[in-house]
Amino acid sequence: MTATDLVEAALAPVAEPKVVPPLGPVPKVKQPTAAERVLPSGLRVVAVRRPGVPLVELRLRIPFGGTAAGHPARGSVLSNTMLAGTEQHNQVELAAALQALGADLSVSSDSDRLIVGGAVLRTGLGELLGLVAEVLGSAAYPNREVAGERTRLAERLAILRSQPSVLVGEALNRRLYGSHPYAHELPTVDAVQAVTAGQLRKLHADRIRPDGSVLVLVGDLSPARALDTVEKALSGWTGPAAGRPLPALPPVERQPLLLVDRPGSVQSSIRLGGPAVRREAPDYPALQLANLAYGGYFSSRLVENIREDKGYTYGPHSRVSHSAAGSRLVIDADVATEVTAPALLEIWYELGRMATLPVSAEELDNVRQYAVGSLALSISTQAGLASTLSALIGVGLGLDWLREHPRRLAAVTVEETFEAARSYLAPGGMVTVVLGEAARIADSLAPLGPVESAALESAVLESAPDRASV
Amino acid sequence: MPRASLPAPSYPLVRKVLDNGLRVLLAPDRSSPVVAVAVYYDVGIRSEPEGRTGFAHLFEHLMFQGSANLEKLAHFRYVQSSGGTFNGSTHLDYTNYFEVLPSNALSRGLFLEADRMRSPRITEDNLQNQIQVVKEEIRVNVLNRPYGGFPWLLLPPVLFDTFPNAHNGYGDFVDLESATVADAADFFDRYYAPANAVLTVVGDFDPDDAFALIDEHFGDIPGRPGPTRPDFTEPVLDTERRKSLPDPLAPVPAVAAGWRVPDPVGSFGDYLPYVVLGEVLADGDASRLEQRLVQGDRSVTQLGAYLGLMGDPFDVRDPTAFVFQAHQAPSASADQVLDAATEEFDRLAQDGLHQGELERVRSRLLAQVFRDLDPVLGRTQALASAELVHGRAELLSELPGRLAEVTADQVRSAAAELRPDRRAVLEIAPGGAE
Repeated sequence: MTATDLVEAALAPVAEPKVVPPLGPVPKVKQPTAAERVLPSGLRVVAVRRPGVPLVELRLRIPFGGTAAGHPARGSVLSNTMLAGTEQHNQVELAAALQALGADLSVSSDSDRLIVGGAVLRTGLGELLGLVAEVLGSAAYPNREVAGERTRLAERLAILRSQPSVLVGEALNRRLYGSHPYAHELPTVDAVQAVTAGQLRKLHADRIRPDGSVLVLVGDLSPARALDTVEKALSGWTGPAAGRPLPALPPVERQPLLLVDRPGSVQSSIRLGGPAVRREAPDYPALQLANLAYGGYFSSRLVENIREDKGYTYGPHSRVSHSAAGSRLVIDADVATEVTAPALLEIWYELGRMATLPVSAEELDNVRQYAVGSLALSISTQAGLASTLSALIGVGLGLDWLREHPRRLAAVTVEETFEAARSYLAPGGMVTVVLGEAARIADSLAPLGPVESAALESAVLESAPDRASV
Repeated sequence: MPRASLPAPSYPLVRKVLDNGLRVLLAPDRSSPVVAVAVYYDVGIRSEPEGRTGFAHLFEHLMFQGSANLEKLAHFRYVQSSGGTFNGSTHLDYTNYFEVLPSNALSRGLFLEADRMRSPRITEDNLQNQIQVVKEEIRVNVLNRPYGGFPWLLLPPVLFDTFPNAHNGYGDFVDLESATVADAADFFDRYYAPANAVLTVVGDFDPDDAFALIDEHFGDIPGRPGPTRPDFTEPVLDTERRKSLPDPLAPVPAVAAGWRVPDPVGSFGDYLPYVVLGEVLADGDASRLEQRLVQGDRSVTQLGAYLGLMGDPFDVRDPTAFVFQAHQAPSASADQVLDAATEEFDRLAQDGLHQGELERVRSRLLAQVFRDLDPVLGRTQALASAELVHGRAELLSELPGRLAEVTADQVRSAAAELRPDRRAVLEIAPGGAE
């Protein structure tokens, strides 16, 4: 017995072993009351009552994808200056008016959509909607505020592109999306500097339209009355749909491992990307469960292997990333530089194991329970339900999909999970990117297969010009 | 608009102290079939011994490595296969462990927490494994990125003199690698007594049933005396302190300043005006510093002003700080930013608040308090930390009322305390320059 064992013995229980209690009967989840209406303008409005705290969460989702060169830059500056003043209020007056309602309102955009989102004390919902209508109808994009934001955004982009997670994400997107606009979501500094206030006013007029957009309200409200309030407040916002669907995603092509040099790194950032399917695909529930078993939750094979057994990393993750043009599987792990190659080998090994051997019935039941339980938890809050619903309705799904999903998960079999793993988790079907100190890791990666080396500038920064036109 | 009349959510609280000294707090809420279980131990970063920086956090990891009746990995699997989520975190004054579960897993959640309170299974293998994991956590969050630990790890050594308050709570690699199983056993024995913990359970249960389950699972854990909490107070600063750190990864300079504030527990009434002050200065485009530094001078690209080095206004003890931090525009010096901020503090101290400014800031604070309380986990954590740190979970329901009582004069007086001679300043110099 070693000294270690002695200490362990000193901590060990003297009592009889205890048995972990079984679960009680499955509790019934109460469904919230909801109402939905499509306004004459084409805006779809969904209001869900979930009291708890006296707030209302708001998410207005406007289709915002674009293939034009410069669209990501204009979209970024637009979303950062949409609240910089209207015909009636300047930037500070607007912010003060929102604050007085206890409201938090922000605008964000990505390759698919623009979201005006926030929360407000329930007493201020009508007034908040009035201010939102004012912004939608007459956001001014004042020259001075646009110029200031352009400079700040350029500086924030420099900060973002000094973060390894951002750099490796950009390198992976280039690999995964090729010539699709998704390859260049983050704009270049040059493109941002070229944006003019006039372009923003035109972009707003062209794309900020109610038809095809979705407004979700969740909180301490009466759904029917909330719809009336919205209809009254937003009646002046009109205009036909302007969103154009993005091209479909290109297939994921087999490519050599991309090693991007970031001198001075004390970790290697490993990212893998592969094919996946949309939420409405028949095999999506099986893919969801296969991904969880692989690396999608803490009790997964990947976490138990490269964190809890080998200590290579703090947190590996694997997730299905859904976008308007399609879905992709994305795996990430930041590992100690000296174990880069062995960590990558284990990541591939666990993928290979998923794709060649079925999961056990017990493992499947565990991920199924987790999928059902964590979904219920994630939509048990006002903010969580609002964001989830907004994302679902944005792709044509909704409350029904949410209600039905536990049943779909319950029906997934071991065979279906295996089939999904064979289709989507096969290591040969993925692209791999490693960002780290190339001089210390290139040799160790060589035995694993073909490696393409790139400097940071060529892998990410120089290839970033907005040549996203397709 | 009668916003002040909005009913603050109130949570019925039920308490009990077990024979072994464990304090139990229940907040039943039958609206949704979920429960949250949280155990807060009254030990944090400030209590770790010299030569063992980062130990409180490393020990938190070890508490997940198996226990009296559970193999390694079993804790995670039992929680997640019940449809639940879990985590733990290490703070300056406490360490917490929690699960959110469907309500049919309440007994299981209590069992899991009781089992590791009884005896964690700390072996040499698990210790070495988690030292590696923690080192990777520090690399990903601090060492491999620009502005790592800014300002929460970097400002305390400028602001404080004593080891408990000044040291790096994530830990030095040499210290982490020196940790032994015997250290862990000592730490557990000293700080993880039932009498040094608060168990909080929130959600869908009947209090009598919950107490019966708690007695069943925790009642037979032997009691032992809890530690005496040391006095961590330090004298306030009477001259400015400054430090500049090179950051080879950072593309632009950054600056942070900290000022000591009244005791957040013992002088809660004097402390609250600083919470309001943070909002006045830095919440949204209508705030004083956004208008001056971002929109006016254009000397910073992003800024913040808040209480607590870990952003923890209501769950930290004395000493703590009011923190201002900003990323500078490349052309602006730290002094330019700090001087302009000081002008705004002085303006507020001399001229007071504008008409309507206090009311709108109160509305925002109220909404923020509500938003944090909506998730069952957020509510559980707020109740648990108020019970542990303030000794009164009731503080939570009282908070909207207490914030509404803060006067314009109090905010003005708080602003007057943000003087250059009372501040500690940390600058980040980009690209490795001093």
